[in-house]
Amino acid sequence: MAASTAAARGARAPAPAPAPAPARTAGHRWHRLDRTVSPYLYLSPFFLVFGVFGLFPMLYTGYVSFTAWRADRPGSQGRWVGFENYRRLLDDPFFWNAVKNTLGIGVLATLPQLLLALGLAHLLNYRMRGRTLLRLGVLLPNVTSVAAVTLIFVQLFGRDFGLVNWFLSLFGVDHVDWQAGTLSSWSAIAAIVTWRWTGYNALLYLAAMQSVPFELYEAAALDGASRWRQFRSITVPMLRPTILFTVIVSTIGALQLFGEPMLFSQQQDPTTGGSQHQFQTLALYSYNQFWGRFKYGYGAAVSWAMFLLIVLVAAVNFLAARRMRGAE
Amino acid sequence: MSRGRSRTTRQLTAGRGVYAVLGVAVLLSLFPLYWTLVAASRSNTEIHRMPPVLLPGGRLWHNVTQVFAQTDLRLAMVNSLVVAGTVTASVVLTSTLGGFAFAKLRFRGRGPLLASVVATMMVPTQLGIIPLYIMMANWFHWADHLQALIVPAAANAFGLFFMRQYLLGAVPDELLDAGRMDGCTTRGLVWHVVLPAARPAMSVLGMLTFMASWNDFYWPKVVMTQQNPTVQLTLSELASGYIKDYSLVLTGALVASAPVLVAFLLMGRQIIDGIMQGATKG
Repeated sequence: MAASTAAARGARAPAPAPAPAPARTAGHRWHRLDRTVSPYLYLSPFFLVFGVFGLFPMLYTGYVSFTAWRADRPGSQGRWVGFENYRRLLDDPFFWNAVKNTLGIGVLATLPQLLLALGLAHLLNYRMRGRTLLRLGVLLPNVTSVAAVTLIFVQLFGRDFGLVNWFLSLFGVDHVDWQAGTLSSWSAIAAIVTWRWTGYNALLYLAAMQSVPFELYEAAALDGASRWRQFRSITVPMLRPTILFTVIVSTIGALQLFGEPMLFSQQQDPTTGGSQHQFQTLALYSYNQFWGRFKYGYGAAVSWAMFLLIVLVAAVNFLAARRMRGAE
Repeated sequence: MSRGRSRTTRQLTAGRGVYAVLGVAVLLSLFPLYWTLVAASRSNTEIHRMPPVLLPGGRLWHNVTQVFAQTDLRLAMVNSLVVAGTVTASVVLTSTLGGFAFAKLRFRGRGPLLASVVATMMVPTQLGIIPLYIMMANWFHWADHLQALIVPAAANAFGLFFMRQYLLGAVPDELLDAGRMDGCTTRGLVWHVVLPAARPAMSVLGMLTFMASWNDFYWPKVVMTQQNPTVQLTLSELASGYIKDYSLVLTGALVASAPVLVAFLLMGRQIIDGIMQGATKG
């Protein structure tokens, strides 16, 4: 679509050349050169940086994933093994465990986060005093670092002296060892992500809500629709593009979780994701293959599998959201 | 902000319930940070008391000096400041120029190039991490040097897209055409028209970039060592000992977050506007 508008613009642009210009000065030529070259000049830093430090390494990782390269074995660098690494991946229980953990934490982190954000945005959309202050309040968690936040939450989720367990004990809940269990560690990590990103998503939703015409609500109210009905039948459908955007972005973020599970771990080797690998995500697993075991070829295959999973999940989300729209 | 004020649509006024729920939400948002302050101003034994202490104590200064004495936090802060400052200046400049080109200049291949920029935002960091490390360590010999953090981050797709979205509406085509008529070069237009108009978005992008760079963990963890750390690396090192002094760990977390928190309090309003504008302009 952008291409077609560009073409249309080009066609509309006043053609400078056909005018009778026998005495074209150096200034003129310089001017034309300026107009044709400048755009590419201005874009070149991005494409240079991305090409060298983004695209090339990515393709190189693809190449490495077809080799038996191990950093601790000299000479293994160029040994081509075809799809061997990928075949081994399918039989690797730790890989599937990491897939399961990544998806599990992803669901626990994304769903509540977006639902809470939707509710929060709805409330922030009321006319009220101190709205800027409230917005600042909900966005503040987002500017803190993964490292700092995770260490704070490690303390909050401590088994013996953590505030969360103390709070739960007020309701008669026994001390939970948050790191030890599968579901408990997933929940704690998901809580970190949710805490950081709910306010950010709420602001995105709020922006979209503010462009919904008030008349729609007035008309619905006249027809006797309840507040909840209005929210479901007007707000949510009008927000669908924004919801789709946040679902895709937070899914991609959740599938790449690294800092949170790494720093949440109290093990000697933080890349194992807990004593039973109960919260080892794909990003941690690939890191562990690379820097813990020096298996470059295998680690590269894990990275590419992770990328394919991200594309797959994003595509499924996209299609699901599209179908929801079609169904109404 | 002007957009918000001039809107004619009416809104429902909040009742007590709305304030109450939002109040709880903001408390939950702020509590972990408040609690960091509590822990950072007390001793390790005090924060391991049941029922827990909930008010700040008097040891903040003592803990801060301890953290600086026990770790390389001073070097780490200088490093992080250099990296985040350079990256921010570079990203803001390259994004403004590139965003202007996409928004307002006509050139062959604009559509596909823009689409490819958006597509690159999907690529996860992990995908290129090994070759990137090999390039840095073996080809450029930049491992453990700050340029390994700066150069790959010197331009990014998000910034380019962000500035394009803003400049589409902020710079009138008529003004550019008039400038051309008067014989202004593209560089002249950038200098006299684009940069002044882009200033609000540049400051928001600058703030977001600074925060992201300051807070980055994954790539510094790979390419830097504890001999030449960034703030986040020092922080993770502080927490990795077997027996931890949590009040010191959380003091470190507080110190590491302080510059970003202060900047947020100063610029928060613009950042919120920036995020919300980015959300509505398709």
